[in-house]
Amino acid sequence: MRQNWWKVLGAILLLYSVVAGFLGDVPKLFILHETIRNLYFHVPMWFSMTFLYFISVVYSIKYLSSGKPEHDFMAVESVNVGIIFCLFGLLTGMLWANVTWGDPWPSDPKLNGSAIATLMYLAYLVLRNALEEEQKRAKISALYNVFAFPIMIVLLFVLPRMTDSLHPGNGGNSTFSDIDMDNQMRRVFYPAVLGWILIGTWVMTLRYRVRILDYEDKNISA
Amino acid sequence: MKKLILLTLMGLMSFFSSFAQSSNQVEMADFLRSSGKIYVVVSVISLILVGFIVYLFTIDRKVSRLEKQRRNKL
Repeated sequence: MRQNWWKVLGAILLLYSVVAGFLGDVPKLFILHETIRNLYFHVPMWFSMTFLYFISVVYSIKYLSSGKPEHDFMAVESVNVGIIFCLFGLLTGMLWANVTWGDPWPSDPKLNGSAIATLMYLAYLVLRNALEEEQKRAKISALYNVFAFPIMIVLLFVLPRMTDSLHPGNGGNSTFSDIDMDNQMRRVFYPAVLGWILIGTWVMTLRYRVRILDYEDKNISA
Repeated sequence: MKKLILLTLMGLMSFFSSFAQSSNQVEMADFLRSSGKIYVVVSVISLILVGFIVYLFTIDRKVSRLEKQRRNKL
């Protein structure tokens, strides 16, 4: 249980974010109304996805220098869990956009960027399945991943900020820091982000450990 | 572990049913009915979240057990 403190911390932070996220005070804004509370749930999905993709690219680089299959497993399982967070982010965003912007998919640079980034990471998984030989698969997909990560960052966090986007902090829109004047939202938002990142990492380590067991299984029987 | 989960669930159930009993009486300003009943939503989501986390811990323990078995075998 001693090494598991961060899992408990993640659980506590999530629980806190739900309770404080629904009961805490939020700024009264036109159009948004209570849906501003979605910030505590929709945005952490994307932050967790980015964090998991970052772990993935770190382990891809590690794999390229070490050639250890464990590093490749860590990279692929991070993407596997990251994709789940990405899908949750897309679906919650579409639901929120439909109510707030009147369209589940308005032609917004951040949305279109996220669509391309999603396809890019789905392509990573398809690429892996297409390659039979294990070492070749690990090497090629690691290289692909090294290129995919910076493009994802640019598509999601750089390009939308250079043009007009409906998302806060992009183009002429007010940012997060303009909305929460006395920081009451930050006190829920940051713990929520950290909580989801910890839980996402936890699920990823579970998948990784199962994969290692599976790998050893095959090596013992072979 | 299973007993522990059952116990926590039963504890939570009795906690919530203790609120439910008051519904037979005249509707008073009791806690779970205040603020447009948002506390009910918070309780429901918290319950799902706690259940989900407990479930994750059971999976974690199962994987740990398998890893232990593997180490003994090797």
